[in-house]
Amino acid sequence: MTADLLFQTLASGVLIGLIYALVAIGLTMIFGVMDIVNFAHGEFLMLGMYSSFWLFALFALDPLITLPLTVLMLFAFGMLLYKLVVKRIIDAPPLSQIFTTFGLMLLFRGLAQFFWKPDYRTIEGSIASGSVHLAHFQLGRPQVVAGAGAIVVTLVVWWFLHRTKLGAALEATASDKEAARLMGIDSHRMFGLAWGIGAACAGAAGALLSTFFPIFPEVGANFILIAFVVVNLGGFGSVAGAFWAGILVGVIEVMGGLLIGPQYKMAIVLGLFLAVLMFRPQGLMGRTQ
Amino acid sequence: MKRTTLLLAAAAAVALVLPFAVKDAYWVNLAVLALMAAQMGAAWNLVGGYAGQASLGHAAFYGVGAYTSTLLLINFGWNPWLGMLAGGLVAAILSAVFGWSCFRLKGHYFTMATIAVAEIVQIVFTNWEYAGTAVGLSIPMDRQGLAAMVFSDKVSYYWLALALLALTLLATWAVERSFLGFYFRAIKDEPDAARSVGIDIARYKQVALSLSAFFTAIGGSLYAQKELYIDPGSVLSTALSIKMALVSILGGVGTLFGPVIGSMVLTVIEELSRATFGGSGRGTDTVIYAGLIVVVAVFYPSGILGWFKERAARRQARREGEDAEQVRAAAQDASPLAAPAHESAGASL
Repeated sequence: MTADLLFQTLASGVLIGLIYALVAIGLTMIFGVMDIVNFAHGEFLMLGMYSSFWLFALFALDPLITLPLTVLMLFAFGMLLYKLVVKRIIDAPPLSQIFTTFGLMLLFRGLAQFFWKPDYRTIEGSIASGSVHLAHFQLGRPQVVAGAGAIVVTLVVWWFLHRTKLGAALEATASDKEAARLMGIDSHRMFGLAWGIGAACAGAAGALLSTFFPIFPEVGANFILIAFVVVNLGGFGSVAGAFWAGILVGVIEVMGGLLIGPQYKMAIVLGLFLAVLMFRPQGLMGRTQ
Repeated sequence: MKRTTLLLAAAAAVALVLPFAVKDAYWVNLAVLALMAAQMGAAWNLVGGYAGQASLGHAAFYGVGAYTSTLLLINFGWNPWLGMLAGGLVAAILSAVFGWSCFRLKGHYFTMATIAVAEIVQIVFTNWEYAGTAVGLSIPMDRQGLAAMVFSDKVSYYWLALALLALTLLATWAVERSFLGFYFRAIKDEPDAARSVGIDIARYKQVALSLSAFFTAIGGSLYAQKELYIDPGSVLSTALSIKMALVSILGGVGTLFGPVIGSMVLTVIEELSRATFGGSGRGTDTVIYAGLIVVVAVFYPSGILGWFKERAARRQARREGEDAEQVRAAAQDASPLAAPAHESAGASL
């Protein structure tokens, strides 16, 4: 194996890892704020991809240009979903919570198939197509753009959480629901906000992916398990943790694929997930509670 | 109590008479599928319902059962009945690994870990040359009859599935009545109290899981013998794990007959939506199926049986003129998900 191949694999692992991180940030936020695991999170990503696709197919608008619109739409969708469904299961037993979001996952997949057919669709000729040459390495431009976009979105989320009042309120709700409520923070509003931001992050990831990844109703399945792994590695509720863990998982996945065989890369990631759950349940970077 | 016995007798009578009244192969096959779904739901219920450990990785046991009996039959000429038993034992052994890696986790974490374990098992079987990789394995039809567990008619499978369901329910009933049932409920509802009175929680969680794995695997072997073909997608998928939990949840978790009722309802709905919309290729049946899951999970978290029990409890309370606080308590008491199940609840239906 040449050093070139190793470097190129490493770089592509980091780039896909940035996307994983973005998906996981939304998931970790929902979990951190309200202790619900959103199995339908991959479907937010799927909807983000379809939003990009239709805006491209119908109005010839590039996914990168429509990214803010996609993010806004997903944000509204996440809030709406909270108001209509999730709000009702906050105090429900864990089993019904799991099955609610599981059912939503299947429902969105089914609806996507119903309205948009199960076909694989691709976006051809985005401004992000082509490749980037770095010395004698070659990387796909869509991947590089997606990675850069993921960093930008992550920074925006981080800024929101740590530099705005609303973000501080969200953080406060995540660390102690009761205390935050007593300070006059409306928990329902914060939960809705978490779902909005969570969906928006996944939607952004979908939009960034749409320039180089096939778009189909079940595309979320490829990302949800990985997102769980990332969230666990980074520590539930930790945005910074999810970011670094996302990159780590991306690298482990591609390196495992290269060294052991691509058919086992998911098994490697899941094995790592189990190992972390068992020996470091607070995550690699998580705080002990 | 008397009404319950009557209902039970009626259900048993219907189950026994059905194959004589219904001759159409399509309907008999549907009944077999419903019985098999009920059986796997009942097996899941042992650990997922009674002990409250919501596994979404039970397909691993089902698949291991199916693969063990099939591989023993194809490669070593083992009798499928023996293979079925072997599959159950292998699954019970596997469940020790499963339990070791997952039981130190609680709630969502446990559930996610079970999904991960089952996914890994599926990936291993998909790439395992000996187990036929993604292509799967076929069971030859050269020997037929009860000894070979291969039949050319559907009715025989009906009896087999019914017997297996009865066996699983009988085992569940026995567990429910024994100290095990008491321990399982204690682990589910009051783990700290259970520990403080000296119940070895880890050990009894494992007992629940091993029992559950054994019966799940037996169901897998039956599936293999019925379909005469297995592949990772049909016996190891996460969708299958979900279905096992779903029939229990739909009917009522931690109740003896919940999975049976859940399976009947689910099979009917699945079949109706498939027959009505399935041909369109647009996934309308999936939409209905998924919509149903959401509605049940959000509005009827204690399932069909649980809902009836809650209603009965409310009526009872109203008759006795108790105050609203006690009504709520009674309703909660009857909900198998929320609070300790009625001592007699499971046994009475």
